[in-house]
Amino acid sequence: MILSVEGVTKAFDGFVAVREVSFSVEKGELCAIIGPNGAGKTTLFNLITGHLPLDRGRVVFKDVDITRLRPHRICRLGLGRSFQRTNIFPRLTVFENIQAAVLVHRGRSLDFFTPVAALFREESEAILESVGLRDQGRTMSGSLAYGFQKQLELGIALASQPELLLLDEPTAGMSAKETSATIELVGRIAREKGLTLLFTEHDMAVVFSIAERILVLHQGRVITTGSPEEVRANPEVQKVYLGETRCS
Amino acid sequence: MNLPDPSFLIIQSLNGLTYAMFLFLIASGLSLIFGVMGVLNFAHGSLYMLGAYLTHQFVSWFIDAPGYFWWAVLLASLGVAALGAFIERFFLRHLYIREELNQLLFTYALVLILSDVAKLIWGTDQFSVSRPAILKGAVEILGQYFPKYNIVIIFLGPLVALLFWFILLRTRWGRTIRAAALDRETLGALGVNVNRLFTVVFFIGAWLAGLGGALVSPISAIVPGMDVEVIINAFIVVVIGGMGSFWGTFLGALILGQVYSLGILILPRLSMVFIYILMVLVLIIRPWGLLGRPMQR
Amino acid sequence: MSGRNWLWLPILCLVLLLVALVPLTESRYAVFLGTDILIHGLFAVSLNLLLGYTGLVSFGQAAYFGIGAYTCALLMKKAALNFALAFAAAGVFGALSALLFGFFCVRLTKIYFAMLTLAFSQIVWVIAFKWNSLTGGDNGFVGVPFPQNLDSAVRFYYFTLAVVVVSLVLIRQALISPFGRILTTIRENPERTEFIGINVKLFQLIAFMISGFFSALAGALFGIFNHSVFPDILFWPASAEVLIMTILGGMYSFLGPVVGAGVLLYLRMQVASYTEYWPLILGLILASLLFFFPGGIVGFIQDRLGRLRRKP
Repeated sequence: MILSVEGVTKAFDGFVAVREVSFSVEKGELCAIIGPNGAGKTTLFNLITGHLPLDRGRVVFKDVDITRLRPHRICRLGLGRSFQRTNIFPRLTVFENIQAAVLVHRGRSLDFFTPVAALFREESEAILESVGLRDQGRTMSGSLAYGFQKQLELGIALASQPELLLLDEPTAGMSAKETSATIELVGRIAREKGLTLLFTEHDMAVVFSIAERILVLHQGRVITTGSPEEVRANPEVQKVYLGETRCS
Repeated sequence: MNLPDPSFLIIQSLNGLTYAMFLFLIASGLSLIFGVMGVLNFAHGSLYMLGAYLTHQFVSWFIDAPGYFWWAVLLASLGVAALGAFIERFFLRHLYIREELNQLLFTYALVLILSDVAKLIWGTDQFSVSRPAILKGAVEILGQYFPKYNIVIIFLGPLVALLFWFILLRTRWGRTIRAAALDRETLGALGVNVNRLFTVVFFIGAWLAGLGGALVSPISAIVPGMDVEVIINAFIVVVIGGMGSFWGTFLGALILGQVYSLGILILPRLSMVFIYILMVLVLIIRPWGLLGRPMQR
Repeated sequence: MSGRNWLWLPILCLVLLLVALVPLTESRYAVFLGTDILIHGLFAVSLNLLLGYTGLVSFGQAAYFGIGAYTCALLMKKAALNFALAFAAAGVFGALSALLFGFFCVRLTKIYFAMLTLAFSQIVWVIAFKWNSLTGGDNGFVGVPFPQNLDSAVRFYYFTLAVVVVSLVLIRQALISPFGRILTTIRENPERTEFIGINVKLFQLIAFMISGFFSALAGALFGIFNHSVFPDILFWPASAEVLIMTILGGMYSFLGPVVGAGVLLYLRMQVASYTEYWPLILGLILASLLFFFPGGIVGFIQDRLGRLRRKP
């Protein structure tokens, strides 16, 4: 069990966004969290990664209680994350974006003397290659097309060599073609590197294509969890999604 | 350290109250502009200064007309407001899409430009405006004398505050302004002309500063440098009270006014440091000010 | 096309040579202006470490300049310390002040950060202004002599040149190191930087301290160059002035701020001989910069060169 979320609760000014959420993720699993808008998915992620303080509950990652840890410490423990709105370094090149994450991961962040241009070149370029950005190394990342930016963001998250990767709506805003390409990429990398994956999604086709286990969130509560078939057949899930049209 | 007698203290406190009202007029304009538009207007002190200079100018022109002082005050404050709106509409507006530093520096450029423009027009001599006839003279309070004019100012301050509070809270205009402070994008999507709203807000903020300068002209010397001196105090008031908080600005002005007037008596050298330390403490412990609310800015 | 990469080194050496030869012109004015530009160039570059590289808008950098100036001058005259020690102490004291102030400042963002840096710098100003017995208050601290072996304007010019060049090399080294790269990621996206494993506040604080150290050294040089230290170098328009220098030269290039300092100080001297309305000119320059030349002088030149190169 690589991640264990226990009784996590968070309220904003009386509005309970996440209510007594408990679940666990096994090492190597590909787990999806789904739920209608406002179900609390991103809030839950922010609670896990330390961006928001919990009201109640506990988060345990690799047997370490990370409930009160700051985000950068949690990252260093091996938990990686991508964000809902693209989070890259716009005025750095694509290569430099990845290289920065590699530098930190390799413990060179407090090096004041070595010129950085050539450091960890092979490793960074390997990551670029693995996310399909091999020829874009010198492009200013802010000028990339949206889909490429999302790929870069994945690359940055991977550069820290996480064991558990949290992806917040990785295919948001993408066309059908981009979506399937991204998902194929994500799934392949996860399997190659033995990553555990926990992601939120709106696109049901995506979820059912690669998730091994699904968690359904509604109004801040977990209503069920199980394999894709189980979840699809669950009457409560169908009720929650009745009338929900998928936005693509 | 022997304390002066109580009546003297009370007069000093009233002086502090008077000063606080002027600070409040300026700071509320500053706070309004910052709260709604996110722009910290360094040039607000310059607008105050121009209000004073313009009042002096209009008084010298209208001196023979009945009610000349009030006409001068009205025209000067409106003139400053118009200038503010002009600057916002044709210059500041183009900088909104850029980072905030650009807007901040532009307002500082305005400070430089406006202070020299004032020097060019009116020179470096000191001016003063005499009080209107009905408000000349003083009232006796506990054996000491306190100017009638100052008493009017002390009442005017809360009056303006209440007026604006009423407008902001109860009218549709006010609600639109408050909404713009919270989320200008959504407001724009709802069909409100946010650009025009910003110009109006800047107009109002500038008018308040100009009014402050116009009203201070009989009390304080009109002199180059009054812009720089007042803007820092206005910043302190807004920070302590809470940027974008209306009553917070009022509270901050009251505090600053008393600290300056009474602090000078008791601990002259430390009162200035105390003010800045207060500002630092507020920013460290409660950055959104005593009465403000935590916001994204 | 790597044409640009190897060209900058010979150009820089040429510029350095010209700068070193300035005293040979036998012009006291040139040596005076040159020293002033070097000092403010260092000051502006140290500010730009925060502004252009880390994305921190410090509106109170004058505090460290002033602390450096007063520390060095006071230690030399009142404590009879030799110059080398006083100079080093100035830098250390600047760094320590930056640590103290920065500790609180990095907890805030954007406008609140700027306000707090301004507030701290005003506190330092008030202390210098009011503590007459120590600093001479409004009358300033006068009679600061040249140090023993540097007792002429020309000698002090070369000393300043050496200090500034070494400092710039050190700062440059830090900025092209992994540490410097992290600073730029903090500028670009502090949230993302946090989640590649960086304690952002710690790095901002370190940047603050480095910046404070070199600003204080620049201030110490200034106190001696000026043979006196007045509180007005701590008053907030001084912080605005160094900001303007940095942006005028170009905040996204390393030497841009030096260019900005040079242009500004030269212009000020020229304009002052014709008219007293320098603030008006400065305000107009600043406004034009903001509207038409956001990249500053260096940004403008780079842009033009880029366009030239693109033509076949």
